[in-house]
Amino acid sequence: MLLEVHDLRVSIGAVTPLDGVSFALDRGEIHGLVGESGSGKSLTAMAVMGLLPLIGGSVTGGTLRFDGHSLQRPEAELRKLRGRRIAFITQNPMTALDPVRRIGAQVDEVATLHLGLDRKAARVRTIDILTKLRIPSAETVAHSYPHQLSGGMKQRIVIAMALAAEPDLIVADEPTTALDVTVQAQIIHILTTLVRENGMGLLLITHDMGVVAQACDRVTVLYAGRVAEAQPVGGLFAAPCHPYTRALMECIPREGMARGALAGIPGVVPSVVNYPAGCRFHPRCARADAICCTQVPRLTSQGLDGFLSCHHPLGEPSS
Amino acid sequence: MLGYIIKRSLLLIPVFFAASVVVFLLIHMVPGDPVDNLLRVGAPPEQRQIITERYGLDKPLVIQYAIWMNGVLHGDLGNAIIMRRPVADLLAEALPHSIALGASAFLFYAIVGITLGVIAALWRDRWPDRTIMTGVLFGSTLPSFWLGLLLMLIFSVWLGWLPVSGARGWKSLVLPVLTIGLGGTALVTRITRVAMVEVQRKDFVLLLHAKGIHPLKIQLLRVLHHALIPVVTILALRIGFVLGGAITVEVVFARPGIGTLLIRGIMQHDYPVVQASLLMLAMAVILGTFLGDVLQALMDPRARASLS
Amino acid sequence: MMRRLTPLRNAFRTPTGMLAGGWLLLVITVAVFAHLLTPYDYDIQDLAHAKMPPDAAHWMGTDEFGRDLMTRIFYGARTSMTVSTVSIGLSLLCGLTLGAAAAYFGGWFDRVVTTAVDLTWSFPEILIALLLVAIIGPGTMGTMVAISVAYLAQFTRLTRAQILSLKSETFVEAARSLGASHGHLLFGHLIPNALTPVLVAAMLATGDAIILEATLGFFGLGAQPPTPSWGAMMSSGAAQLFTAPWIILLPGLVLTITVIAINLFGDALIEALDIRAKLRDA
Repeated sequence: MLLEVHDLRVSIGAVTPLDGVSFALDRGEIHGLVGESGSGKSLTAMAVMGLLPLIGGSVTGGTLRFDGHSLQRPEAELRKLRGRRIAFITQNPMTALDPVRRIGAQVDEVATLHLGLDRKAARVRTIDILTKLRIPSAETVAHSYPHQLSGGMKQRIVIAMALAAEPDLIVADEPTTALDVTVQAQIIHILTTLVRENGMGLLLITHDMGVVAQACDRVTVLYAGRVAEAQPVGGLFAAPCHPYTRALMECIPREGMARGALAGIPGVVPSVVNYPAGCRFHPRCARADAICCTQVPRLTSQGLDGFLSCHHPLGEPSS
Repeated sequence: MLGYIIKRSLLLIPVFFAASVVVFLLIHMVPGDPVDNLLRVGAPPEQRQIITERYGLDKPLVIQYAIWMNGVLHGDLGNAIIMRRPVADLLAEALPHSIALGASAFLFYAIVGITLGVIAALWRDRWPDRTIMTGVLFGSTLPSFWLGLLLMLIFSVWLGWLPVSGARGWKSLVLPVLTIGLGGTALVTRITRVAMVEVQRKDFVLLLHAKGIHPLKIQLLRVLHHALIPVVTILALRIGFVLGGAITVEVVFARPGIGTLLIRGIMQHDYPVVQASLLMLAMAVILGTFLGDVLQALMDPRARASLS
Repeated sequence: MMRRLTPLRNAFRTPTGMLAGGWLLLVITVAVFAHLLTPYDYDIQDLAHAKMPPDAAHWMGTDEFGRDLMTRIFYGARTSMTVSTVSIGLSLLCGLTLGAAAAYFGGWFDRVVTTAVDLTWSFPEILIALLLVAIIGPGTMGTMVAISVAYLAQFTRLTRAQILSLKSETFVEAARSLGASHGHLLFGHLIPNALTPVLVAAMLATGDAIILEATLGFFGLGAQPPTPSWGAMMSSGAAQLFTAPWIILLPGLVLTITVIAINLFGDALIEALDIRAKLRDA
């Protein structure tokens, strides 16, 4: 297993936004982490990268294991992993690059730092990666500043920086959210192709079910800091077990839908400061009853390789 | 880049003339007959005629301005009435002292201020930050003349380490520089800290950490570079701060300089002196603004882009 | 009305806010009721008791003419408060008008105002003030005008920035489409909304104005004797630096603490009103 997260708890000051998140990711797997804003997806990413201190957070429970070794290690050791074996792709390409440095320098730096290459060798490598990412006139681009590039191009640069040291795992936090729809598909395609070609693992964090359907092998659905459900992608779309998952699917506009059929989910995502008791989804769930309001459903195996935390899963009669 | 600098420096010329017009008009707005201001008390009436003719006071304002400007461009700034010497000479004597004071003070507060600001930002909300920011609060509210007198009391009167006044030797510079410097340090520390904290919050800094670069390297090389852009710009634009401080400090410590010259000129109604000193100070501010613009263009490629 | 005062009360609730606000209230009380609070007159000389250090009879000592220092500090507070608040008030009114008009009407008027503001903004206030005092002549009147003009650029700039950002908000478009007149929009909506950050900036500027007034007084250009002013007291006290340092130290100390208190209270107010973002530009 490349990445194993078990019962992860993350606190920021007095609040605990993540409360028992578990999932696992293997080499060559593209694992989707899905949820609305406020579900804790980005926090999970930050926890895996060990960057929680930057936002004043910390891991207060559970374990994180990368390639068999714990990720709860001294900072100096984690630093060696970051950028080298675990790479990060951020959400907003417009602000992800240093505006006063040329592109080339920013990508070179990964190779000089982690692979010990000298400047010339690093630059050759950079041009190589940029070309592989189908960036036209890579030499010119390397010599440019970020503000001279479009959003889609910038995101490719961010991907280039992530790939430069040939990591084993890429954590991509909503890599397409800030891009135009047409560009989104391209970026996802590039990312997934490269990941598969090189046998890397990709933790793809998104709220877009369309992206999940297009790219992922397995999916973990988060709600309010906990795992609702996890399944291989086919099973998730064909037979979701958690009411929240199904509600999410019904929110996606589909071809041939009748007018007025687009649903929303009643209610709002609870904020960290007042998570509901029991099952956190119960105020918005049509199947909720007394147990759901008081008892936290445990994450249990479901079928061959799924997980679920629900008192009244779909496919079973609700009381 | 070079084109921008050239274009911008050409702009200095009309600004200079505009400033000179403003200075000229202001001086000539003083109520009362200017001849009375130029005459000494009890002067015979023939003097009036002589003075009027010599200073061209019967001519229209525009002509008077032209005469003055012509003189300025040829290095002739008129003669001081009370001190009875060419103003240009007085300025030439005063300028080196003011420049020594101003430049030393500027270097002091720029370097100390940026250092303290960086420290405060790196140890944000912990004791170095709190101590420094408390110091900043005091530094920015102390009136400079009081601080000067206080320092004089402690270091010259009580401890006897440094001279009370005058401009002989480097020791006489210490207290004046400290007086201006402490106030300036407060300002620079505050803006550096704010700038650093703002940059630290940005996305690209997160990505730098994610790349595995050493945090100290990130702070001192990348974050500081960004933070310095607004800081340097403000330093250049706020060159007026040094000038204002210099005026007060020169009077308190009885140092010769443009400030003392200006104050004495005002008190003695010596208008050629006031006019020339003001013009000089205005030029210093204008040059500072120019430098600030150029530096910003140099340090930030985005600013360059928006200019072309 | 009470709801509008809530941020003020909240500012008082923080420990620094309480201390700072308390000191300010003390200073204001002292300034207003000076004549009731001290038995001494600020101008009666008593050369037999000149330059005496603080003791039971004179809590802050006497100056070089034997006048009770504390009394003179109390009356000096009156001068400082009056001059600074009137000047800033005047500056504020003019700045509000100019800035709002420039932002609202735009065009050549805006460009003229902006250029004038940009030119003056980089000049130190002390220089502008000295210039004006040179023209008008020393004295309380001259000082007030000088300080008003010195801070005019700041208020104009701040108001203009506030109104500009408000102008682009949708409620303005909505009001206009409903047929609101320029005057109604300007005085009914835009200026009231822009007012809060500008008022707080004015409060902070009052602190600077007090220092400026003292500096001018130090040069002998402020309130003329017999009216006591902190600056003038320190100026004449400079000659007594060796023999009677309290003449300089005590007025300066009171001045510094007062300005620090203004800054601290202003900060507490900014936090309570949550307008730090709006003031960042200024």
